[in-house]
Amino acid sequence: MSRGGRSGERPMVPVATFDSYYGRPVIKSPVWRSPDIPGYLFLGGLAGASSVLGAGASLTGRPALARVAKVGSALSTALGGVALVHDLGRPARFLNMLRVVKPTSPMNVGSWILSTYGAATAVAAGTDVTGLFPRVGRVSTMSAAVLGPLLASYTGALLADTAVPAWHDGYREMPFVFAASGSAAAGGLGLLAAPLDQAGPARRMAVIGGTCELAALVAMRRRMGLTAEPYRDGRAGSYTRAAEVLGLVGTAGAAIAGRRSRAGAAACGLALLTGSAATRWAVFHAGLQSASDPRYTVEPQRRRLAARRSAVT
Amino acid sequence: MPADPMRQNSTRVDPVSMGRVRQNENPMDPAAASGYLDPPARVGFFTDTSICIGCKACEVACKEWNGVPEDGLQLTGMSYDNTGGLSADTWRHVAFIEQRVPIGANRPEALAAAPAGGTAAAGAGRGAGEAQQPAPVQGRQAVPAGAQGAAPVVAQPGLRWLMASDVCKHCTRAACLDVCPTGALFRTEFGTVVVQQDVCNGCGYCIPACPFGVIGQRSGDGRAWKCTLCYDRLTVGMEPACAKACPTQSIQFGVLDELRERADRRLADLHRAGVSDACLYGRDPADGVGGGGAFVLLLDEPEVYGLPPDPVVTTSDLAAMWRRVALAATALAAGGVVAFAGRRR
Repeated sequence: MSRGGRSGERPMVPVATFDSYYGRPVIKSPVWRSPDIPGYLFLGGLAGASSVLGAGASLTGRPALARVAKVGSALSTALGGVALVHDLGRPARFLNMLRVVKPTSPMNVGSWILSTYGAATAVAAGTDVTGLFPRVGRVSTMSAAVLGPLLASYTGALLADTAVPAWHDGYREMPFVFAASGSAAAGGLGLLAAPLDQAGPARRMAVIGGTCELAALVAMRRRMGLTAEPYRDGRAGSYTRAAEVLGLVGTAGAAIAGRRSRAGAAACGLALLTGSAATRWAVFHAGLQSASDPRYTVEPQRRRLAARRSAVT
Repeated sequence: MPADPMRQNSTRVDPVSMGRVRQNENPMDPAAASGYLDPPARVGFFTDTSICIGCKACEVACKEWNGVPEDGLQLTGMSYDNTGGLSADTWRHVAFIEQRVPIGANRPEALAAAPAGGTAAAGAGRGAGEAQQPAPVQGRQAVPAGAQGAAPVVAQPGLRWLMASDVCKHCTRAACLDVCPTGALFRTEFGTVVVQQDVCNGCGYCIPACPFGVIGQRSGDGRAWKCTLCYDRLTVGMEPACAKACPTQSIQFGVLDELRERADRRLADLHRAGVSDACLYGRDPADGVGGGGAFVLLLDEPEVYGLPPDPVVTTSDLAAMWRRVALAATALAAGGVVAFAGRRR
């Protein structure tokens, strides 16, 4: 494929290798902006997993943990929803998402998940704080716990269902990365804000989530090969390293010190929350970087073509 | 040449009436698959880049007819292409590639096989002796084999220009259409893909979904825009503005099945004339996007023109993605159960 030799010496003009059209990207970069979209990915994961934590805390008689998880997920959902609407080219038309039901569009499915889940988690938090309508509160808490994991995971398909190489090629692991990252964040919030004597489940969720998040990220990058490079380079690379360090510190800290010291638990919780956010920013920027370099689009497709042709002959 | 593409396209095409005559012989007919009863025949573009002169009349005609706003008057500094690529405000884009290639030497068969007076393309039929002249207009002067083909074939530094008018492919399996969360993008009765601008809310999902980088977001407007294949003109039996304006009939509009046959004949002619690099791109209904409603004849690899060599509609993996989402959500819930199943503390 090396055909760079075709270009002669042409001062003033960039050397064209003709593996691409003057080095221009083949696909369009997403027009989604930071912090809106990576922020939403983080908040959705935090909210979704927190609802699981909140329901478990309610069922097992841990009111303080339940309060933290429910209020946290309601606020995260609200903030995430605002970020999504803010990112639209025509924010006033956000309800157009709900004029169809379309399983081929993860964003459409996500809109339905987010709106039903958002209602459930808002009612769950409202009834918990006010003490009104306890039966409605229980139903909402359970509904949010069922929809929450979907909210935390569907975003993997949302990103993967594009032509962006660093996103699409990771479609097998991306939902697991996000679900695990959401668990780590929700556990982190519990460690940060709930009293020690009720934070046991949050600590365990943080350790499980944090471990799985790191493992899923490694597995994803290893399988992707060339298109995993953006996760290592540039801005995305910095976020990836931050996510790894914070995730490792937070997870190990929660396992070791999270039971004994309130301050230690809070610090680990904060590290996990920040690490989870860093994961989303890493994935977001890796996608942008892979879209703007034609190499990540052309080379894997070239290899695919060559493999198909050699299989035929 | 047995078939003259220039003449065929000059007749006024009425896709509506054509549809009544030839309906749905193609099992991959996307309009029928989208629920249209008795849709007109699928139409599209065949862009023969071997006869493109890079005049950009298509870009201008498209802008004029569709009221597409100006999108910056900058010089790219890379070639005579100062448009850059397709975007919300560029629905036709003429790529311009300058290549240093040993003319003739890499294709001695071109000189031998070019029929006298035949339409050879892209300098492949040009004699070796002509190669060092400064930048002639590419390939149009159909060199008779008798005149220069007899010259000894020596590898000499040469230069060729490739020009190609790119456009939305109106894919049979269109990613933009699949992922659009509002239903703003829809399949027309002609099998084309169009954005309903009164529905689009500017979510931008279609933009990274397109494997060709066609659709874009218009700044100051927020919505996604792309080629409509002149939907308004089609409905009254007119051909799209770009095809109408093309002075060399490089852009040919018509019923897709007929265009494919015509393209096959043209490719065979070029191969016979020794232009062995000529290939059809987006013509194959078995490719990753089910074939394009708009396809091209290229004279080099697709990526040289900024096209993906093996595009695949991203939603072909969507079923697997949803399965993974379900598994991941279940795993999260199971993790929650485990978190509470431990010691009470």
